Amino acid sequence: MNHILALIKKDLLLEIRQQYTFYGIVLYVASTIFVLYLAMGQPEEKVWNGLFWMIQLFICVNAVAKSFLQESQGRMLYFYTVAGARDFILSKLLFNAGLMILMSIVSLLLFQLLMGNPLQNPFRFIGFVCLGGCSLSLVFTFLAAIAARARQGAALMAILGFPLIIPQVLLLMKMSNTAFADVIQASLTQIILLLVALDALVIALAVILFPFLWKD
Amino acid sequence: MRRHWWKILCIILLIYTFIAGLLIPLPYETAYVNSNLYETMRNFFFHVPMWFSQLALISVSLYYSIRYLRSPNPVYDIYATEFARTATVLGCLGLVTGSIWANYTWGTWWSNDPKQTGAAIALLIYVAYFVLRNSMPDLDKRARVASVYNIFAYFIYIPMILILPRLTESLHPGGKGSEGNPGLGGSSLDATMRLVFWPGVLGWCLLGTWISTLRLRVRLLEEKKHSA
Repeated sequence: MNHILALIKKDLLLEIRQQYTFYGIVLYVASTIFVLYLAMGQPEEKVWNGLFWMIQLFICVNAVAKSFLQESQGRMLYFYTVAGARDFILSKLLFNAGLMILMSIVSLLLFQLLMGNPLQNPFRFIGFVCLGGCSLSLVFTFLAAIAARARQGAALMAILGFPLIIPQVLLLMKMSNTAFADVIQASLTQIILLLVALDALVIALAVILFPFLWKD
Repeated sequence: MRRHWWKILCIILLIYTFIAGLLIPLPYETAYVNSNLYETMRNFFFHVPMWFSQLALISVSLYYSIRYLRSPNPVYDIYATEFARTATVLGCLGLVTGSIWANYTWGTWWSNDPKQTGAAIALLIYVAYFVLRNSMPDLDKRARVASVYNIFAYFIYIPMILILPRLTESLHPGGKGSEGNPGLGGSSLDATMRLVFWPGVLGWCLLGTWISTLRLRVRLLEEKKHSA
């Protein structure tokens, strides 16, 4: 546990010192949504929802891709011997989940500002956004590890990840559709539980498989 | 002869399903009264077994990927690749036969049905698996990373095809509010159809294994030639 906290602290410190990833992604979010606004204006609910989650997907690929690529081979070996592979991947998963939740909220604000506000139930949607950002980041963190191992960038991550992320995205769209109207969907809890279960599955797979990935 | 019995069984089973599948009388209620399937229902004996055998072969591929991670023998990796390759070919065939069937009964080649989406995702996952493999020149690393991806993808893919089709209304059987499971359509399968269908599943699985073993022999010989 101490190792994980120390590794997260290290990532945070790096982030604060370099201020490269964070502002880079914020700029990416802002410019993408601005271009979208120029192209679409203020779309209706269904389009709004679809666009929002697609943008989250691309933001996630870009935000998470750096997490493994920035570390050099030698430093990886160092972390591996000092903290162990499990702690390392857990710290990355947690850090990226936090980063992605932050980015999702930033992009939600920008969406509200530029693309109009069709939300009837904003607090519920914020909850969904946090859960969604978390789910997306978990899958893509592990794929970033695979892509980094293959010495490839975000392109390979997208190829590997988009088919695998479809269940999560479909569940998220289904969930967040309930935030646009005052209807109560009976199966909402079921969908949320499913998504949480999928997240747990991804974490378990990452923890089990990551040591094999980094063994040299 | 003792080693080839399953190949003979495969041929017999497939000849049997091809003949019986085209000749047996269909359940009148399901094919004519309650639906517009009519004679296209016979596609069931070909389309569905293809997906069953695709599932069986990716499971074999998963098994060899796990074995590779437990003891890194390059042969296991070749096994995993070749079974995944044959599974992908069977998946393509399943998609094409399904699409033709859909055109006759549902009116379009593609209608965004959850199971069609699932089928497309399956193909994308395994194409990505081959792209990932080819992106790495180092054999040892390639085998390890590809095995990890294969296991990861399998365990996301299986829950997905079990959950997603049940969540939404589907044109396929087994959707929300209809009878059956994501594989088969409940009671619409009568006893005669079962007698043709299950041998067909076994036959296609055996054919897939046969094709994979042929490719494996070629690959292993190539490997030997390179290392010699």
